[in-house]
Amino acid sequence: MSDFHRSTLIQLAAGLRARRFSSVELVRAFLERIEASQKALNAFISVTREEALEAARAADRALGAGTGGALTGVPIAHKDIFCTQGVRTTCGSRMLDNFISPYDATVVAKLRAAGAVMLGKTNMDEFAMGSSNETSYYGPVRNPWNPQLVPGGSSGGSAAAVAARLVPGATATDTGGSIRQPAALCGITGMKPTYGRVSRYGMIAFASSLDQGGVLTASAADAALLLREMAGFDANDSTSVAREVPDYLATLEQPIAGLKIGLLREFFDQGLERENERCVREALAVYEGLGAQLTEVSLPNLPLSVPVYYVVAPAECSSNLARYDGVRFGHRCENPRDVNDMYRRTRGEGFGAEVKRRIMTGTYVLSAGYYDAYYLKAQRVRALINADFIRAFTSVDVLIGPTTPTPAFAIGAKTADPITMYLNDIYTIGANLAGLPAISVPCGFVQQLPVGLQIVGPHFSEARVLNVAHAFQRATDWHTRVPRGYA
Amino acid sequence: MILTREQIAGIAALARLELTPSEFPVYQESLSRIIDFVGALDACDTTDVVPMAHPLAGLSQRLRPDVVTEEDHHEQYQPNAPLTAAGLYLVPKVIE
Amino acid sequence: MSGWETVIGLEIHAQLATKSKIFSGSATAYGAPPNSQANLIDLGYPGVLPVLNGEAVRMAVKLGLAIEARIAAHSVFARKNYFYPDLPKGYQISQYELPVVAHGALAIVLEDGSTKRIGITRAHLEEDAGKSLHEGLPGVTGIDLNRAGTPLLEIVSEPDLRSAKEAVAYMKKVHTLVRYLEICDGNMQEGSFRCDANVSVRHPGEHRFGTRTEIKNLNSFRFLERAINFEIARQIDVLEGGGKVVQETRLYDPDKGETRSMRSKEEANDYRYFPDPDLLPIELDQAFIDSVRATLPELPDQKAARFASQYGLSAYDAGVLTGSRELAAYYEEVVRAAPADAKLAANWVMGELAAALNRENLEIGTGRLPAARLAGLLARICDQTISGKIAKEVFEAMWSQGMSADQVIEAKGLRQITDSVAIERAIEAVMAKNPGQLAEYRAGKDKLFGFFVGQVMKATGGKANPAQLNELLRRKLGG
Repeated sequence: MSDFHRSTLIQLAAGLRARRFSSVELVRAFLERIEASQKALNAFISVTREEALEAARAADRALGAGTGGALTGVPIAHKDIFCTQGVRTTCGSRMLDNFISPYDATVVAKLRAAGAVMLGKTNMDEFAMGSSNETSYYGPVRNPWNPQLVPGGSSGGSAAAVAARLVPGATATDTGGSIRQPAALCGITGMKPTYGRVSRYGMIAFASSLDQGGVLTASAADAALLLREMAGFDANDSTSVAREVPDYLATLEQPIAGLKIGLLREFFDQGLERENERCVREALAVYEGLGAQLTEVSLPNLPLSVPVYYVVAPAECSSNLARYDGVRFGHRCENPRDVNDMYRRTRGEGFGAEVKRRIMTGTYVLSAGYYDAYYLKAQRVRALINADFIRAFTSVDVLIGPTTPTPAFAIGAKTADPITMYLNDIYTIGANLAGLPAISVPCGFVQQLPVGLQIVGPHFSEARVLNVAHAFQRATDWHTRVPRGYA
Repeated sequence: MILTREQIAGIAALARLELTPSEFPVYQESLSRIIDFVGALDACDTTDVVPMAHPLAGLSQRLRPDVVTEEDHHEQYQPNAPLTAAGLYLVPKVIE
Repeated sequence: MSGWETVIGLEIHAQLATKSKIFSGSATAYGAPPNSQANLIDLGYPGVLPVLNGEAVRMAVKLGLAIEARIAAHSVFARKNYFYPDLPKGYQISQYELPVVAHGALAIVLEDGSTKRIGITRAHLEEDAGKSLHEGLPGVTGIDLNRAGTPLLEIVSEPDLRSAKEAVAYMKKVHTLVRYLEICDGNMQEGSFRCDANVSVRHPGEHRFGTRTEIKNLNSFRFLERAINFEIARQIDVLEGGGKVVQETRLYDPDKGETRSMRSKEEANDYRYFPDPDLLPIELDQAFIDSVRATLPELPDQKAARFASQYGLSAYDAGVLTGSRELAAYYEEVVRAAPADAKLAANWVMGELAAALNRENLEIGTGRLPAARLAGLLARICDQTISGKIAKEVFEAMWSQGMSADQVIEAKGLRQITDSVAIERAIEAVMAKNPGQLAEYRAGKDKLFGFFVGQVMKATGGKANPAQLNELLRRKLGG
């Protein structure tokens, strides 16, 4: 086995450009790691071996001709929520088990244009609904730090893959914390950008006003590179913002002395496990050492973010998932008696329990007589939470706190009661409701399990958030730790 | 429980989801739990607050020019469908 | 119908004449092979997103300005959620609480010539669904999504209409208007212009409305009238029999001439409207609205008023001639070329020309009889070359053989006889041939004058100038 997995994404890109090694070598090496780990981790749903090697060969030709881009030849993985042309795209669901996408998501096309080589599609909670990657039709993903434990979700596959160094970087999506929470539980870096920063075209929709595409990598620097290539205005997405993408790498090294950090009172609540809190406070001390100023701030409506989310997200998903009806693509039940029978059995069979639960919740909160009390009410509270954030950012530059209340938990431990599972996202959901950029970086261990530190910035402050994360990673080495067996 | 069996049946029908008899009580319980949980929102005073439909405050819908940009790709798309004939997507007979 | 008042409101769906669909770049042309104009967005594939066609918005604003409505500075798209095989996403993107146009009105002319103002509650943008094909497919229904995503403007009237005739007048007025504005081709056979009618009855003087039924998808003026009249009678029957009218959706069966209850599309009509999170609110500023206003043509009512005063026409005639922009333009071209008698031109355009077009199912725009040609014919009537009666014969030849008036008159030798001597001679010949009638006439049977006129006309091949014939005949018969 080679050593490529010990290099960062940036180092690999540079090495390819300097022709120290070829993309084909890289791709072969990582494919070997993927195949070797698949039984233990189940991080991938599809491995696109032949396509990857072909793309690697093309990348090598481009590198030889000097026509390479920022990521030419670099292997990555895509969460199986991104449509990939000619390649199976399942969204972790039986409903799309046979779906070969006829088109590329904009994110996929952009990264392909930058020269990245896709090794496969990663496992995920079904239709991105979950915080543990236990709802996937393709079986749970296991945490590389401890295979009895969950990697987090919904981007569990991408997170496990990066944590185990099966790929140097992977795309993912975050609707309520689905990038940041698995990053925290897997000891890696995960970033969700501002809403509208990354195109949603081709990113299978869960909750349209909350979904954002982002990255999982081993470091903030790697995240900066990948995000820079993914982000940007897309005419195919009406919610895409026409705003130039700065070079996130260029501002990584800016000193952070004088940075005003807000500590959210509401994030340090009873739900936060003592040891997790210890890691986070030690991280904050590092920031003070680097010259940052800590202030306590309060977002009084923030504790309501989980109930808001569990009205708004199911409402939007109940409508977004109505297109899965067995008519034009995807699963259809056998021998339907009539159209209604076709719908009911197709959807009953095609969707798993959590998806059905959220569709029904959403249907209920939108239905006549309940719309005002639930959906409209939730969107009003959302406005208050958003206003809280905006007010906080008038006095601080970033907000820092824990990403999750606990470290990784056992597979099956929280599946009995949906609310227990939902509360995993208690610190992450706020950033989705307000559409703010947020990153999670590793900041310590509790009983040999990673703990994540979350940094949230104002709208379109990705450069600053990455800079603040990078500063921490220059002063510490938590992000360099790799689970045993994968180092 | 907050939601009755009839309500669950009504919701499942609206959402075109077939539930087996054994699934009914399971969903009735978890949905009731969830609706109870989100009831916490009632305590929040939202008088005169404008509902926030999306995070892009102040932005408006972009208008695209009226130009045909698509070619016919139905031969490429239809193999994805469970049942087609003569270019049509087929479903069990619908009676109006 | 005594003792009952009818209340009708119409919801008209006009397909907007954009080149591409409202949320995708697929073509909207009618008649393409199944699913050849349905792209991934129209098909509701996983991951696709809608992007709004600016021309559809402009067309909606155009209509709003033409009906003097309020144009919303801020309007929102909402999802209408229901399951049906021709609705790919399982929801229709429409507008609910905040439509782009609201509070307008249109004036209609009633049978007695009076005008009535019909309120238009709102007009909003939405996407059309696909088509379900049932024929020739045993046991299955075929879905064609070419139409899915075509922009529709739904125009909703206030329940101000009080009879089927009023409803037809209103539907016709809207039909004319959308064609004037060039926002819809109004082709009802192809489904570009469809109407749903909400009908209820109540006792006169009652404030509350009775229970209404909705009759869907009426695509002709005649069907609209018949369906409404049938429905009114049906509802009255039910109520007078002591029953209650059931609120439901009905379809009109043109073969049987009746409405029947539609098997419901979904068990419960709970559409769960909510603002579509994939689209942002439409914000229209004054500059946008002004730029659309600048493209408004002379509207039907304005044009009719101008015709009445400029050409001395009755309100009715002006109304008919401004029924479409093409017809109005044709008429004005005729008058420009033959300015002597605008009323004559009106009579001919509304009479012979209209009849000929109707017989062959042609539109005025097909150019079968150019305006200048018709003007040429009228000029020959005005300058007495031919009589009005002969002109009809000339017209038929012009129509079927594509000749000019002069060519036909020459070829058939139809010049009017205005030579008094020739006419006198013809009269004398007829008098000589009919001594009995002559004697009876001179004895006092005045009615026989017409007989002599007819005989002289016959003898002259219809070409005797009628006025001269009259005068000379009177003199000669008088003795």
